[in-house]
Amino acid sequence: MADIILVVVEQREGKLNRVSWETITGAQAIAAETGWTLEAAVVGSGVGDIAKEVAGKKVSKVYALESAKLEPYTPDGFMAALKPFIEQKQPKLVLMPHTYQVRDFAPKLAAGLDRALISDAVGYKYEGGNLRFTRQMFQGKFAADVSFVGGPPYFATFQNGAFRGDQVVQGDAAAPVETVNVDVAEGLVRNRPEAPFVEAKQAVDLTQAEIIVAVGRGIKEQKNIEIAKQLAEALGGEIAASRPICDAGWLPMDRQVGSSGQTVAPKLYLALGISGAIQHVVGMKGARTIIAINKDAEAPIFEIADVAVVGNLFDIVPPLIEEVKKAKGA
Amino acid sequence: MSGYIRIGDSRFETHITRPFPILPPLIYTCRFHGMRSKRSVKCKEPLVKILVCMKQVPQKDAPLKLNEGGTWIREDVSYEVNEPDAYALEEALRQREKHGGEVVVITSGPARAQQVLREALAKGADRAIHLEGDGFVTLDAFNTAKAFATAIKDESFDLIFTGLQSDDYGFAQTGVILAALLGWPHATIIMQIEKSDSGIRVKRELEAGFFQFVDMPLPALLTIQSGINKLRYATLIGIKQAKNKPLKKVSFDEVKLTLGENLQKIEKLYIPQKTKKTEVLEGPPGEIAKKLVDKLRNELRVI
Ligand SMILES: Cc1cc2nc3c(=O)[nH]c(=O)nc-3n(C[C@H](O)[C@H](O)[C@H](O)COP(=O)(O)OP(=O)(O)OC[C@H]3O[C@@H](n4cnc5c(N)ncnc54)[C@H](O)[C@@H]3O)c2cc1C
Ligand SMILES: Cc1cc2nc3c(=O)[nH]c(=O)nc-3n(C[C@H](O)[C@H](O)[C@H](O)COP(=O)(O)OP(=O)(O)OC[C@H]3O[C@@H](n4cnc5c(N)ncnc54)[C@H](O)[C@@H]3O)c2cc1C
Repeated sequence: MADIILVVVEQREGKLNRVSWETITGAQAIAAETGWTLEAAVVGSGVGDIAKEVAGKKVSKVYALESAKLEPYTPDGFMAALKPFIEQKQPKLVLMPHTYQVRDFAPKLAAGLDRALISDAVGYKYEGGNLRFTRQMFQGKFAADVSFVGGPPYFATFQNGAFRGDQVVQGDAAAPVETVNVDVAEGLVRNRPEAPFVEAKQAVDLTQAEIIVAVGRGIKEQKNIEIAKQLAEALGGEIAASRPICDAGWLPMDRQVGSSGQTVAPKLYLALGISGAIQHVVGMKGARTIIAINKDAEAPIFEIADVAVVGNLFDIVPPLIEEVKKAKGA
Repeated sequence: MSGYIRIGDSRFETHITRPFPILPPLIYTCRFHGMRSKRSVKCKEPLVKILVCMKQVPQKDAPLKLNEGGTWIREDVSYEVNEPDAYALEEALRQREKHGGEVVVITSGPARAQQVLREALAKGADRAIHLEGDGFVTLDAFNTAKAFATAIKDESFDLIFTGLQSDDYGFAQTGVILAALLGWPHATIIMQIEKSDSGIRVKRELEAGFFQFVDMPLPALLTIQSGINKLRYATLIGIKQAKNKPLKKVSFDEVKLTLGENLQKIEKLYIPQKTKKTEVLEGPPGEIAKKLVDKLRNELRVI
């Protein structure tokens, strides 16, 4: 029997999470290199249409794991669906996107099968018959190659942006879809989730801003936010921040950029004292130009910056405000 | 501040415009502990026993260097507590203040990791457990969780808190695996915890500004997100009292029989390759400012 790569795509409330295409793109690349067969699965209630959508891509087969008890998502429900399915299908590799939902059940699933999960990988290497995954360590300052020990199934999750979702290969013909009815025993699901909600109306819509001046923990103290605000004002832009600044209450939550904040794409993103953790970067990497000021030459933010200024923001920002004012006055 | 308030979000305590849900004093019923035989009889204790897993990690600003073999970082850096774990401790202390009970902290790591426990005791934790020894250091998340499960097998906690992930390696697995090993329900990336009729009601953070409430029975494991509360500082009295609080050590030999082989191997560490072309501006601040403005004006045309 051929070795199988199983991609578990993510759906939420009946909609495919687009980040799943990235995982399929990655899996297609691994399949092409290894010669393994690519299959996909979607878990939920009434997920036939999503299975069909996935079946249009270059995959051999799509499974729809169905039960009314799989909606809404719970870790117990997904465990009940996926564990026996994987035990029976014996895939070599199980791939998933590293989303909040996957983080919630994948470690339990892998551990339940007594196997390892390489989480949050940004790429893979296939050399001499060995499959390794690359992941960021120390907040992106280093990368590590990680391999599996022991037998399959091997579990890995891919970080948001690891592959290009728009490069997913279409299939020549629709792949077959098989519905698997899952038995979720009465009383097995312990968590009772309520409907997702957004808390307050966002008072600021950063997505429309053309210029954003964003501050990170390098700003050191609440009172120093003022100089960043002055710079934003001089440039005619909006002020934004990394998460710790909003956690501390130095700026309101709706100024937060990143995976748990807003996703922005301004013409100019000026990052002051932001290290460039992936959860921040996913929210701003679409900016046309990124200028980063950071005192640490090895800060990961410089990997995505177009213009890097290695230095103390407190030395650079005040003259910058003056120069901007001068230029605007002229 | 009004207008921005995320209702019920303790991140903005000082600005909250809507009162917090006031929790009634917690009255434990036998049903509450009914899941565990040990304490299911006549439990009148209005107590909640919480374990907090706290990991020591290199300080955020520490300049990290690779060791000679490229297998790990050089150890001569300063360390601190993993940030979300500090929030987990704070949350445990707040729950104890509300409901009474006990807060126990646990770490696994070399002798230097004891500092994390000392600080937690000074902030108000009641006692500490240190899985001490080099053998613990290289364990993968699965084995680390197994070591914790073994070390606490004679205890009966109602809640276990971990951070949602570590700042250094960020596997984001230890807590969820520990819950699986104990057979407990879990919920991840938690921003609020309150007592409910049947157990607890927690607020999970979802992506892109969404949240969700989840009701779950106890005992349960929660992975805590940074920002769930406001951290406290240790007081002088606290630091003094910490010296007399119990700190139990567990050796690698005591747990090793319950561990397995690491199922994933970190083969090598290296500096990631840059993919984007970056222009580096250098010079004295005044000059850099001029260069930047020239760019903004003539290349980007934003001013
Ligand atoms: C599930 C999850 C969701 C998350 N969501 C988000 C999110 O939506 N948005 C977000 O931003 N983060 C998010 N985070 C947190 C993220 O992982 C990082 O912890 C955070 O982005 C770091 O913020 P920072 O760069 O401001 O701080 P740090 O990482 O502490 O970086 C501070 C930087 O400032 C530099 N610096 C210090 N002093 C100076 C100076 N004088 N001049 C110049 N530079 C200086 C330092 O060199 C350092 O690089 C999330 C994390 C998780 C686990
Ligand atoms: C020299 C060296 C070699 C290593 N080699 C490997 C290897 O080959 N394979 C491998 O998988 N790992 C290896 N590790 C260990 C590994 O990097 C992690 O420590 C382990 O996988 C746990 O993952 P994490 O730290 O990302 O924790 P996460 O799962 O991200 O942690 C989540 C939460 O769990 C709790 N927690 C986790 N660890 C501890 C702890 N030690 N003490 C207290 N609480 C804790 C904290 O509350 C934390 O917030 C090595 C470490 C070293 C120093």
